[in-house]
Amino acid sequence: MTRFKRYVPPILLISPSLILMGIFVYYLIFGSVQLSTTSIHTFPQFTGARPHENVGIGNYLDLLGSEDFRHSLKNLLLYTVLFIVGTMFFGFLWAWLLDRRSKAEGIFRSLYLFPMAVSSVAAGVVWRWLLNANQGQRASGLNRLFQTVGLGFLENGWTTSVDFGIAAIAMPAIWQMSGYVMALFLAGFRGIPNELREAARVDGAKEWQIYRHVLFPQLSPVALSALIILGHMSLKVFDLIVSVTDYRVYTTKAPAVDMANYMNGGDYATAAAIGIILLLVVLVLIVPYLIHTAREDRQ
Amino acid sequence: MRRTRILAALGAAALLVGTAACGTDDESTSGSDNTGDTTSATEVEVFTWWTAGSEALGLEQLQGVLTEKYPDVEFINGGITQGGGSGKDLLQTRLAAGQPPDTFQVHAGKEAQDYIDAGQVEDVTDLYEKFGLNGVFPQDLIDMLTQDGKIYTIPSNVHRANVLWAAIPVLEAAGLPTDNAYFASVDDFIAALEKIKTATPDIVPLSVGGTWCQVHLLETILIAELGAEGYNGLFDGSTDWNGANVTTALTKFAKLMSFTNIDRDSFDWEPPMQMLLDGKAAFNVMGDWVPALLDSNDLVAGTDYLYAPSPGTEGIYDFLADSFSRTVGAPHKAGAEAWLDVISSVEGQTAFNKVKGSIPARTDIDLSSFSEYQQSAADSFKSDAIVGSIQHGAAATIQQGNATNDAVSKFTTSSMDADALAALQAALAAAYAG
Amino acid sequence: MTTTALTGHFETKQPTVQMPGRRFDWGRLLRYALLLFFLIVVLIPVYVLFVTSFKAVGDADPSRAWMLPQEWTLENWKVALLGSNSGAYGKIFPVLPALGRTLAMVVPAAIISSFLGSMNGFVLARWRFPYANVVFTLILFGMFIPYQAVMVPLYRIVIDLQQSWLHLQPGIQSLALLHIIYGIPITTLIFRNYYQSVPQELMEAARVDGAGMIRTYVSVVLPISVPSFVVVLIWQFTSAWNDFLFASFFGGNAETQAPVTVTLNAIAHGSMMTNYGVSMSAALLASLPTLVIYILLGKYFIGGLMSGSVKG
Repeated sequence: MTRFKRYVPPILLISPSLILMGIFVYYLIFGSVQLSTTSIHTFPQFTGARPHENVGIGNYLDLLGSEDFRHSLKNLLLYTVLFIVGTMFFGFLWAWLLDRRSKAEGIFRSLYLFPMAVSSVAAGVVWRWLLNANQGQRASGLNRLFQTVGLGFLENGWTTSVDFGIAAIAMPAIWQMSGYVMALFLAGFRGIPNELREAARVDGAKEWQIYRHVLFPQLSPVALSALIILGHMSLKVFDLIVSVTDYRVYTTKAPAVDMANYMNGGDYATAAAIGIILLLVVLVLIVPYLIHTAREDRQ
Repeated sequence: MRRTRILAALGAAALLVGTAACGTDDESTSGSDNTGDTTSATEVEVFTWWTAGSEALGLEQLQGVLTEKYPDVEFINGGITQGGGSGKDLLQTRLAAGQPPDTFQVHAGKEAQDYIDAGQVEDVTDLYEKFGLNGVFPQDLIDMLTQDGKIYTIPSNVHRANVLWAAIPVLEAAGLPTDNAYFASVDDFIAALEKIKTATPDIVPLSVGGTWCQVHLLETILIAELGAEGYNGLFDGSTDWNGANVTTALTKFAKLMSFTNIDRDSFDWEPPMQMLLDGKAAFNVMGDWVPALLDSNDLVAGTDYLYAPSPGTEGIYDFLADSFSRTVGAPHKAGAEAWLDVISSVEGQTAFNKVKGSIPARTDIDLSSFSEYQQSAADSFKSDAIVGSIQHGAAATIQQGNATNDAVSKFTTSSMDADALAALQAALAAAYAG
Repeated sequence: MTTTALTGHFETKQPTVQMPGRRFDWGRLLRYALLLFFLIVVLIPVYVLFVTSFKAVGDADPSRAWMLPQEWTLENWKVALLGSNSGAYGKIFPVLPALGRTLAMVVPAAIISSFLGSMNGFVLARWRFPYANVVFTLILFGMFIPYQAVMVPLYRIVIDLQQSWLHLQPGIQSLALLHIIYGIPITTLIFRNYYQSVPQELMEAARVDGAGMIRTYVSVVLPISVPSFVVVLIWQFTSAWNDFLFASFFGGNAETQAPVTVTLNAIAHGSMMTNYGVSMSAALLASLPTLVIYILLGKYFIGGLMSGSVKG
């Protein structure tokens, strides 16, 4: 009885959120799953003016069998790895540099965060210019800058490479998000009670040992949230791609762009299937996290 | 629908807290709530992607004519720009969700096909009679808009896609003549590009922008190589996309692409055109919305730049047009009809096109106050064979246009070798099959 | 060097024992050099935005990205701020009123979803109930919903809400609602992880005192939540401010109802002919409020940290 009473308030507190998630997430996902098993590939079929049928997992097989969609998936994988590694690296490095109570910390912090304030629409306009593919005499953008500062060997075609074009898109993404990861880590560093560090020091621990055994373990929840936040942004990468290149540029296609393109052509079933494939990818990635959480609870 | 309502009510209940706080930031929505349940005949919600620039000014002109002709019809602008410059995604979502605007903008021709097939736009053949449009639009244009004896959209303005623009100082520097001698065929044009490349290696012979500009270029090559009839046949099955003449056209397209700027994919059309103005490029194939940019740079036709039908397309008018429809289930039918009257009227087309730089679809409008370019374009529009643009929705459905863009981008970002070319041709054939 | 770093930490906590370094500190110099280097790298694109915003038509071109304006002009800023209704570039929506509308949307959205996230995070981390992990997973998963693929049914729901007794207005009200809802997963995640890093003893102490859940939340949890609130508010403010996908579907009338990203997009992509100078000024104007928030909240960031860690 007391137990039950204890559980009522938290459940009440969380239920508005749950109801909203039920409608705005699960009801919509359910609809998508249904849609993805139909042959609704044109507007007339969507509105019911032309017939459609149930095709089971046919759309999924078509997608996975298509060279172009595999290209998009490969791009997504490459982008995700670069984006997450790059953002975590710079975010941590900056937080670490700033954690030592620098003078003018506020200015550095605000300016490092600034790119996040620039919307993708705006970032796209300027990065389009920076990632200009011209080299040598006609070079502009970053290639021109590289020449000027004596790093001419870094010149390259950026988004024009079929295999690595997407890597160029990761640059503005890292530029935008590193500041946020810095903020997370900074908050993480500062959230660690000073007594912990002091105690370690009193025990004669070296600075790196303090990081290894005191700070890093404390930071792991922060790192995990950063990973999940970055991961969800990465899977949905869309705004940035279409504003730096365009919806139809082959070298920089990604699943979310394909999804928008299929929707634009009235192919709602294939678009829904892509959405569900992305969700399945998320499930695969999120399982380790859940196992980790469950293990933590048992302790 | 019912189920969503129940869910929505549940959601609303869950949201009491949230919206109580939100209610304070009431925005001035002064009746322009586009979801209003009122079914009064005294308004019309017009959905366009003319939300900026001279297009938006032109829209205001049309609004002015509406107020004059139909003082009791209130104009509501449902327009928006989404990525890539149109609001099609929102439009399609609204249509699919059963919340249609009264009338919406669509490229005249095949782009309207999906809306017709989906039963989302009404037959407006009767309005052509009522407004007396049958005699005043060119017959070629009306034929192209007619499907099984019915017409579904009314055009407001016409642009020409197949125009070649050239920078005179650059031509002179390369020792090329500045008359139209080498525009007679694509081969002549390629020879001219070769000369520029040899004479002035620092100059980009042919500048081009991103994927849509490349498709735009490709369609003019197809027109040149296949002729008006052969080109039109691509869309009704009488010309084979797998044919040898298409292969030739694609080969020449690949050749032309080899003369272009490699940074093309990061541009819309303006920076490549700016290269001509800056003396960094010689030629560009682009639609006739270019003069606005040239004018704003104080350049003069004949001394600074010249324009001509794109190579090999003399006597053919590759058209694209904006048009409006009447939506099935439109809340304000009378308003939609008033709007269609306005955009097809002499007053409406005069006021709109003067500002936008396009030409009226009507051929009975006095053009003496229009620009010199507009007058010459209008003359061609009357006398030339008219074909429809692929990129701009006149000849290709939305899906076909999308597939063309995908295939062309895949091709032009590759090494453009024989295999890639075969893949391009196969993809195009598949896109237009059936 | 290790010692300096050590005292460096100590000093800020107890300013009275502060002792200026006696010998030249190379580590410190290196640190500042690095910070400065990264600052320059980060500001490179901003430089391009900035100089281009002062360039005249024709001068504002990608090939001249690095050059200073041939002639500095404020015209672009004027046009971006107040709009324009004539000239070769025709109609340009003003950014200024759009900034006001966006602020009215983002502030309540960020605050409400932060509180929802904080309550959820508290319950899920420290006042648990059976299957709390399952519930957490269900909420977290909402973060990954592919918006593009669900736009049609989502649109239907929002229209229903607009036509229901709620009379939700298109534009900022509808958008605020969506940002609140789709902000729940991420705010919950951040708060839950933060509360999990807070020593359990704090809550236990309150529990021993016999405090109920709400009282524990208000008197113990909220006061130590400031750092996380700052991080979450920054996140929610920024993502709602910069959102374009929802804005373009639910923003209502582009000129009178929609938030600033829609205005910006209309300026940058809305017309056949783009004015790059005005686009860049508009882009900077649209980013300014967020920057101001970063600077303002930065102070509370420190303050919050102090109050949070002193009691540790």
